[in-house]
Amino acid sequence: MQHSNAYTFRFAAMVTIVCSVLLAGAATLLKPRQDENKLLDKKKNILISVGIIPVNGDSFTRSEINETYAKKIKELVIDLKGNIVEDKNPSDLDPRKDTEMLPIYENMEGEEINAYVIPVSGKGLWSTIYGYLAIAPDGSTVKGITFYSHGETPGLGGEIEKKWFTDNFIGKKITDKDGNIVSIDIVKGKVDPNSDNAIHEVDGISGATLTGRGVANFLKKDLQTYEPFLRTIINSKGGV
Amino acid sequence: MAEEVKAVAEMQPKETLFSKKNKRTLFEPLSDNNPITFQVLGICSALATTVQMRTALVMALAVMFVLATSNVAISLLRKFIPSKIRIIVELAIVATLVILVDQVLKAYLFNISKQLSVFVGLIITNCILLGRAEAFALQNKAWPSFLDGLGNALGYGWILMVIATGREILGSGSIMGFAIFPESFYTAGYENMGLMVLAPGAFILLGLLVWVQRSITKTVHE
Repeated sequence: MQHSNAYTFRFAAMVTIVCSVLLAGAATLLKPRQDENKLLDKKKNILISVGIIPVNGDSFTRSEINETYAKKIKELVIDLKGNIVEDKNPSDLDPRKDTEMLPIYENMEGEEINAYVIPVSGKGLWSTIYGYLAIAPDGSTVKGITFYSHGETPGLGGEIEKKWFTDNFIGKKITDKDGNIVSIDIVKGKVDPNSDNAIHEVDGISGATLTGRGVANFLKKDLQTYEPFLRTIINSKGGV
Repeated sequence: MAEEVKAVAEMQPKETLFSKKNKRTLFEPLSDNNPITFQVLGICSALATTVQMRTALVMALAVMFVLATSNVAISLLRKFIPSKIRIIVELAIVATLVILVDQVLKAYLFNISKQLSVFVGLIITNCILLGRAEAFALQNKAWPSFLDGLGNALGYGWILMVIATGREILGSGSIMGFAIFPESFYTAGYENMGLMVLAPGAFILLGLLVWVQRSITKTVHE
């Protein structure tokens, strides 16, 4: 059947309008729930980084995440000198405008601080990787780390989010004896346990050297921005 | 759905809903004319989303929804779609449906949508969809088109599930995320097969499946 050109144009316009109205409607309706999911995912990863993991199965329910988070995590904002900024909340920060301020999360066990959690992010091989690094109250020992968003190759670089890899970070030190940031390096192959640097190194993933290098780079960069804060903690405890 | 069924019933009072012909439309793609093993379409997603059974299942359901709905929509519009722009119209319909599915997954099955990542979006480029639209929906009424979409999606889905089952058991030692091998197996030296987690493992399983399926149906590609 041959249609006139005018008809073709009219038809194309109709299809476009119907499709866009449908999509715009769906996107607007579902947006609040999608945003909530992203927020919950972040909260869940902050909890996992400090070692709070679901007892049964592999996932928390939505309300469990919110409850545990409210009970265990205190949200703070610090400036680049490491001082706490009052009356600010990490969710108020716009990463593009508020470059002078950094979010930090304190894991509370009753009145005691159990860990400081800082967000870390940067380029891996293919994608930007996002994660959380939990540091013990001594300001130096790693409590845990999670990576929650990345686009690395599944099975290779994608292994960074797996427990076997992140568990290697636990107990490592991000500072030397004087409290200077050394960060944690991801070595090629296995860490030599006799080396002096073994406490600052974790095993690499075979086939994902470049992802590992990326992670090591942004960990160092992010830890350096938090250095003044970490130093205050270390000094208040009288050194490492 | 009820409208299409009524429309079909009015147009063809003699043909019943599950006539022999319609049944063939539905069941042929399951084996003899399977989109993956016979037509060799949709391989990319069959490799990518079959590391775990859960993602494969969601992927299969998503394709089923998109394929059945797009086939019906295109079939209903077949008299009105100008042939000059039919491919782009088909693509627009498919793309709209896929984005809808993606948005719903992000809202209600966030973890799974994270694992499927780009592959839901890539349903748009899954050759099965345009293939069925061009080959079937443009020439047939809505009800048979629906059956054709459903049949092809089921044919795609069961292959996906078989590959995913094999890969998850061998590669991760679990079924639907539940570990099946006791810890003592691993301490005794058993190891999960890393190859199965990667694409080559899927290729090997898929190849075996095509072989088995074709030796049963006795089809040979010229």
